[in-house]
Amino acid sequence: MTLVEIAIVTALATGIAFIPNRIWRGWLILITSTITIYVLQPAVPLRNFGFWYPTMVMALILGTWLIVRPRESSISRQDRAALLVTVILMILIDLSRRFPQSLQIVAGGSPPLTTFIAAMLILMALAWFLSFWSWVRRAAPWLIAGIILAFFLTQKSLTIGLSFSKGMRLVSGQSVELASPLDLTWLGYSYIAFRLLHVIQDWKSGRLPSLEYRNFISYVLFFPALVAGPIDRVERFQGDIESTIRPSVQNLLEGGRRIILGCFKKFVLADALALLAMNEVNAPLVQSTGWAWILLYAYSFRLLLDFSGYTDIAIGLGNVMGFTLPENFQRPYLKADLTSFWNSWHITLAQWFRSYVFNPLTRGLRGVISREYTWFVILSGQMVTMTLIGLWHGFTWNFAIWGIWHGLGLFVHNRWVSYRRQTITNARSGRFASMQRVVGILMTFNFVSLGWVWFALPTLSMSLQTLHRLFGL
Amino acid sequence: MNAQDTRHKSSVGTEPSYRFLGRVLLKAALFFLLFNLAYMILDPLPHLGRLSLYNHLLPGRLRLPYSDDPSRSFNMSIPQLEAMFASHVIDDTRKTPDEYRVILIGDSSIWGFLLSPGETLAASLNALNLKSADGRLIKAYNLGYPTMSVTKDLLLLERGLAYDADLILWFVTLESMPWGKQLQSPLLELNPQATNDLIEQANLPLVIEQGQVAANDWWGKTILGQRRELADWVRFQLYGFAWAATSVDQVIPETYNQRMEDLPADPEFQSYQEGELGREELAFDVLRAGVTRAGDVPLVFINEPIFISQGENSEFRYNFYYPRWAYDTYRALLSDVAKEEGWHVLDLWDAVPNAEFTDSAIHYTPLGVELLSESLAKRLAHP
Repeated sequence: MTLVEIAIVTALATGIAFIPNRIWRGWLILITSTITIYVLQPAVPLRNFGFWYPTMVMALILGTWLIVRPRESSISRQDRAALLVTVILMILIDLSRRFPQSLQIVAGGSPPLTTFIAAMLILMALAWFLSFWSWVRRAAPWLIAGIILAFFLTQKSLTIGLSFSKGMRLVSGQSVELASPLDLTWLGYSYIAFRLLHVIQDWKSGRLPSLEYRNFISYVLFFPALVAGPIDRVERFQGDIESTIRPSVQNLLEGGRRIILGCFKKFVLADALALLAMNEVNAPLVQSTGWAWILLYAYSFRLLLDFSGYTDIAIGLGNVMGFTLPENFQRPYLKADLTSFWNSWHITLAQWFRSYVFNPLTRGLRGVISREYTWFVILSGQMVTMTLIGLWHGFTWNFAIWGIWHGLGLFVHNRWVSYRRQTITNARSGRFASMQRVVGILMTFNFVSLGWVWFALPTLSMSLQTLHRLFGL
Repeated sequence: MNAQDTRHKSSVGTEPSYRFLGRVLLKAALFFLLFNLAYMILDPLPHLGRLSLYNHLLPGRLRLPYSDDPSRSFNMSIPQLEAMFASHVIDDTRKTPDEYRVILIGDSSIWGFLLSPGETLAASLNALNLKSADGRLIKAYNLGYPTMSVTKDLLLLERGLAYDADLILWFVTLESMPWGKQLQSPLLELNPQATNDLIEQANLPLVIEQGQVAANDWWGKTILGQRRELADWVRFQLYGFAWAATSVDQVIPETYNQRMEDLPADPEFQSYQEGELGREELAFDVLRAGVTRAGDVPLVFINEPIFISQGENSEFRYNFYYPRWAYDTYRALLSDVAKEEGWHVLDLWDAVPNAEFTDSAIHYTPLGVELLSESLAKRLAHP
């Protein structure tokens, strides 16, 4: 997001904060969030996909909600109204292509209205037709989760993404040879997918509260958290949006403070550090070990400030409207061990993987592996979870190794803690504990920073060459 | 409990009111206005330009900053002359008694297009470890800058004179001489005040058109109006870290389009037909102004080497830039004016063999630069 976009969104959030009626506030959040996903979606070379990508998100949201809503009750008037509002919004957004260029909502054009309506009717007919088969109804959660994951793969795997792009180009009559990663720019899809999968999983385990369609859309597309998270939990979000407490001056001040702090971190500090941070252009050209470390540390802080800056902006916008979005970063580079680091770095993503990958996996393994092999359960859990977190950033060897790097680090730390519990019983003096903490912080920070070498650079050979340079080899 | 304690308690214990919020916003707006006013009055940008991480925390640059691709070259074109010179290694180098300081002025061939900083003409001359007639070590500094205009060269020469030069080598070629080309350099366009001063002081027949002058209204003097210049200054300082780490200041592609060997059968030079190019059409006044400005410092004009094509239509043209008639006329005029004015001129137009040109008729390979520097060294030693 640019500063101008952030200013506009802040003004909208402030306006919404002053709506006295809770219901109207909810509607305005729904409308703003729906429009925002279309407005912020960048133009892509795939014809009309600036419109189709957000529209596919809307379809996935509806499909997910239809699955997770209580079966025993019919669709309420409120929910039908929310559906009608979103359809009208989509039609108006589509029609905005007739406006002058500067007023068009969708970047890169939108399809004729007849095409949009025809696509909706075909999709509805298909869903209605499939619903006649009971096995389809039973498999619907798996089906929708599969579609969400399939789209997710197009975003994360270049090979799959290009195949998808070629398919779409064939359908839209565009040149298949021109398929490129630029076709795949889908705003905020990773976060949207994680929210939808969280809802489906909680529904399957019976933990999901009853959700109004209006609130559900607002949860998935909540405009402050659309671009860079955090990944909120729907139960918590529902509490905020249903709250009758009016936003206060304290909220406005705190929200404003977080937004300004976030902008400063992102646009001043992170963008400045980006000019000297390690990247694929400067890493192969660095001439000395000292400079290699400086560029690497610059990358470490740039990444933190960039991401946590966006999170501050999101949390601040939420605060302005009376929402308490979860924190994503809590001084991660001041943590004395890797486990604490992962409890304070991209917290909501780590919690998501802990809830839906690590915990079920280790629970399952504990059921089949004897207690003396607990270490193996932990190793497997850490490695699978962290590798998947790595691959969440993209299906490349470098991201996989970055995940394995952290998986191994977490495992070693786990074993070290276990060993210390068994062997060291006396409490250390305060001074020794402080020293130990400082050493721990330095070790953790450097371990994490060295891990960024895999994360920041595109190829294994370049990462290895850089690691050699860092150690003067 | 005193009054201060009571006040503190009430401010902590109660929810801030909208009036409090209004006061905060009003104070912030007032502070912002006052800050802008102070900024307008102080006009700190030129002074800020003198502040530089280069030559202090970071090594100075070996040539003036210029780039079309900042993120890959760790360099950028910045219009502030103060910041440009403050980043140059010449700004930090105290002249010792045994140094004979030579500054090189010219276009992209002297700046070193498609050459690393260590391969430019200045670096090549330094590598020869030449001695002056009085036994001092010759140290050359690259003050060349891409874009072809001798007025742009004059602007840089004027700034370069502040660095106590013992000799100025000013490389010229026909392409940078026509009056019509003089103000087409972005460096001049973005420094309208300095350019205007230069024109007035040297009494040059040039007029800066309104469209070419950057807005100088009250808004342009505020911090918001100057945000682009300020951001550029900060970015330029920050690129210094990657420059220091890599010694790279230009992207040199592995392959590029070679200079044109086969030429169009076009007899025109710019808009001039054969016989139309005379002394009045070329900016000799600018060269004269340079000599005047240099004062006691010896100044040598060098007609820089050009590519001499052997290909199609080479009987009409030397290269892409020059029809033979135009270039021959220019050489004769340069020689005549130099004789009349008593200028020192070295005509090295054919000092670099054809194979040692890169993407244009005035850009040299590293070997071409070496040959040029050797040729130059011989001529300077035996004028």
